[in-house]
Amino acid sequence: MVPLTWYLLLAAALFCIGLFGVLARKNAVAVLMGVELMLNAVNINLIAFWRYTGLNQLVGQAFAVFVITVAAAEAAVGVALFISIYRQRNTVDVEALDDLKG
Amino acid sequence: MQSVIFAILAGITLGSALMVVTSRNLLHSTLWLIAAFFGIAGIFILLQAEFLAVVQVLVYIGAIAMLIIFAIMLTRRIMDPQQPRFNSQWGLVGGFTALLFVGLAAVVTRVAWPVAAGEIPADAIAQLGADFVGVYAVPFEIASVLLVVAMIGAIIIARERE
Repeated sequence: MVPLTWYLLLAAALFCIGLFGVLARKNAVAVLMGVELMLNAVNINLIAFWRYTGLNQLVGQAFAVFVITVAAAEAAVGVALFISIYRQRNTVDVEALDDLKG
Repeated sequence: MQSVIFAILAGITLGSALMVVTSRNLLHSTLWLIAAFFGIAGIFILLQAEFLAVVQVLVYIGAIAMLIIFAIMLTRRIMDPQQPRFNSQWGLVGGFTALLFVGLAAVVTRVAWPVAAGEIPADAIAQLGADFVGVYAVPFEIASVLLVVAMIGAIIIARERE
């Protein structure tokens, strides 16, 4: 069986790639994709820990299902926001959306 | 054998994820995102969480990736490949995330995780279903309320105002 550490390293790498996408991309839709990658990295961790340490309970799988549910809700609201912003401002460049900057 | 499959799936997942964050064309990014989701579904199968693998394909590829493609189509002009992909701080961010990965990898490889060997119960999926209406009944109901609220909110936010 593959050691647990490999899965954790894979999840860490995926999380860092997603974080880079969130912080470095200009387009808001690309930022949302980065968030989805980060959530998936968390799910890999949850399932890996479930498989290697907590087999008699299904906590890991249950948490992963909740993470997926919240991710679906987040994606729906995020896309609605992008469409609304695009309609009013004609852009979804996150650098152009700095109205709250003091 | 398992480690070879793991290496292939990890390669697909990480390579696609890198393409997602670096691709100039947003539509290509989304297609790579779908490839990454498939790789992660394969990882779930390797971890013997078959139900999660199916949910991953249904929800992430079937719903979330499609939603993102809709967003790209509806905001068409933003996917101009001539536009710069990254903001001005991308070099700093790249260094920071690389450092974060090194830090996480150092922690993950040093800690002795308490691994317990064991077999997956044969009725794991049935048990998961029973748990959702038993132990996790309240979080399950809250999650469904959250989904309804999010859907209504999404409709209200995206609605055309006169």
